[in-house]
Amino acid sequence: MKKAYKMTDLCCANCATEIERNVAKIDGVNSCTVNFIAQKMLLDVSDTADFDAVMKKVLHEVKRVEPDCDLV
Amino acid sequence: MSKNKKLLTRIVISFALFAVAMIVFKLTPLRSYEAYAKSWRLDDYRFYAYSIPFLAAYIIVGYSVIYRAVRNIFNGRVFDENFLMTVATFGAIALCDFPEACGVMLFYQVGELFQNYAVGKSRKSIAALMDIRPDTACVIRDGEEVTVFPEEVEVGDVLLVRAGERIAVDGVVIEGAGSVDTSSLTGESAPREFVEGDALLAGCINLSGAIKMRATAAYVDSTVAKILDLVENSATKKAKTENFITRFAKYYTPVVVFSALFLAVIPSLITGAWAEWVARALNFLVVSCPCALVISIPLSFFGGIGSASKKGVLIKGGNYLELLAKQGTFVFDKTGTLTKGAFDVTGVYPQENSAEILRLAYIAENGSLHPIAQSITNYAPHVSTEGYEVKEVAGKGVCAVGNGEEILAGGPSLMRERGVEFKECASAGSAVYLALNGVFVGYITLEDSLKDSTQSAIKELKESGCRTVMLTGDNERAARSVADKLGIDEFSYGLLPQDKVAAVERLKENKKNDETICFVGDGINDAPVLTVADVGISMGNLGSDAAIEASDVVLMKDDLSAIVQTRKIATKTMRIARENIIIALGVKAAVLILSAFGITGMWCAVFADVGVAMLAILNSMRTLK
Repeated sequence: MKKAYKMTDLCCANCATEIERNVAKIDGVNSCTVNFIAQKMLLDVSDTADFDAVMKKVLHEVKRVEPDCDLV
Repeated sequence: MSKNKKLLTRIVISFALFAVAMIVFKLTPLRSYEAYAKSWRLDDYRFYAYSIPFLAAYIIVGYSVIYRAVRNIFNGRVFDENFLMTVATFGAIALCDFPEACGVMLFYQVGELFQNYAVGKSRKSIAALMDIRPDTACVIRDGEEVTVFPEEVEVGDVLLVRAGERIAVDGVVIEGAGSVDTSSLTGESAPREFVEGDALLAGCINLSGAIKMRATAAYVDSTVAKILDLVENSATKKAKTENFITRFAKYYTPVVVFSALFLAVIPSLITGAWAEWVARALNFLVVSCPCALVISIPLSFFGGIGSASKKGVLIKGGNYLELLAKQGTFVFDKTGTLTKGAFDVTGVYPQENSAEILRLAYIAENGSLHPIAQSITNYAPHVSTEGYEVKEVAGKGVCAVGNGEEILAGGPSLMRERGVEFKECASAGSAVYLALNGVFVGYITLEDSLKDSTQSAIKELKESGCRTVMLTGDNERAARSVADKLGIDEFSYGLLPQDKVAAVERLKENKKNDETICFVGDGINDAPVLTVADVGISMGNLGSDAAIEASDVVLMKDDLSAIVQTRKIATKTMRIARENIIIALGVKAAVLILSAFGITGMWCAVFADVGVAMLAILNSMRTLK
């Protein structure tokens, strides 16, 4: 399942790549792209995975790197 | 108050305090303290007069940096720029250099502020390039006009589009006629005329009076939504340069931080001058943030893709821009790409009577959908076709029987097969031979004319050092005539669709390392070839999902000169991306070396961090022009 999220208050390009790298490693995430310029995250979550659980982990990772950032 | 304004206020207050402290410190009797200002003297009241104003200014401007640094450490992230700035300035404070700690933090925050502005500005200008999204739609429901979001329009709804409004969803005109501005989709400035019954695409602007149209697709399925989606998601396909930078950044920071540690400890152990070497090492920390690189490279690519989309060229990823900038081989499909794909009758060569040959041709060809047949039907005077039965002779032509006549129309092989004696035509292009009851009556020649832009586009491609190849299913004569006219380097003829795939694969195998094989086609029947080529370019199929799906680059205008323009954008983007890498790495390396020898101070180091990031961002913005 592919999802796009708007990211608020993402303020550092390096953090964006770090989020991208780490989220892609989460189990159940097929791929993840963070577009710093468009402030968007494109997430491809495996259909077999528990979507809510994966999203919780994704959000946790986002918060860890950029505490002010939220996914909308 | 916005984030930037808050930061600006803090900077102004802090700077005022910093300036006052500086004046007091330099111009009043306190300056006598300067001589021994390099150590902590807690017993001297002048120490407090010296340190407190600077520390206050430091905290006002830098508290957020310190706060984030601490928070990030608890989150297990150490090497981020907040942390590095905090350590560097704390180091300066420990060395009792309060003005430096304060000034550097101020300078850093000013840089951050500029950087925020620059990023925000570039984001806006890229967004403006893609400002083709319709904001609202006016739908007529139960006889009343209701304004809704484009997403809420349902298939079958009747829309009212007033003059100057953007069409919200794809649809068919049911009332009114006039013209639309398609420039936001195609980059074509000439307006397009339409009449009742014509299909119009979302994103076009209605230039004439109010019209009514019926929605044929939901907004999400409209061309404009797909274009926006494609451009915004183009970041998924990263160029090699981008990947290189991301990987580089991952190692860069730890390496610089560890060399800072090395620089602080080893020479100090040898010389014993701890303060001196720690100060130098702190500069390293400031320079170690890779942000300038990480932000400016993707920004250059995004800008390039954005400016191409303004010209009616959709590029699906930065990697294709990178490939297009290289020297390459451009493989063209002939019919429909180099040529118009519509045949014009160029001559009628009857054995006896030209009216008779056209009558026969009309009867034979009138039912067929083949482009040649259609051109003949349009050209010949319309006659009654009653009583005739037309049969296709696969791949060779047609045979019409009725009213005591047997009409054969087709290529030379049909004539031979039926044992008709005929005179073969010598001119280039295609010819249709006609026979009545086994007797040759003459032939009609047709030619597929070149598109207006083809000649100049091929010439410019060749001038820029690209090889051109043409593939066609046509016969040798037609192929050679077009290739000679255009000065195409190589051509293959008589190819079936799968032969074209094989031909492109062969070119790919034999290519030089750094060469790109681009295939340009109409995207409808050559989808497999588009996927095989390094860069598949389809053209002139605005609204065709299949074409957009299969190709990597979509030219929305039916105009080959867009390829030349795209190549220019690609080359420019790559040049700017390379410049950014060189500026950023060059300045950082220089400052690292200079500060290792103690020549430059922390101010230069801050410039190498935020200043360079800003320069690189501003440079990236040139891709938009």
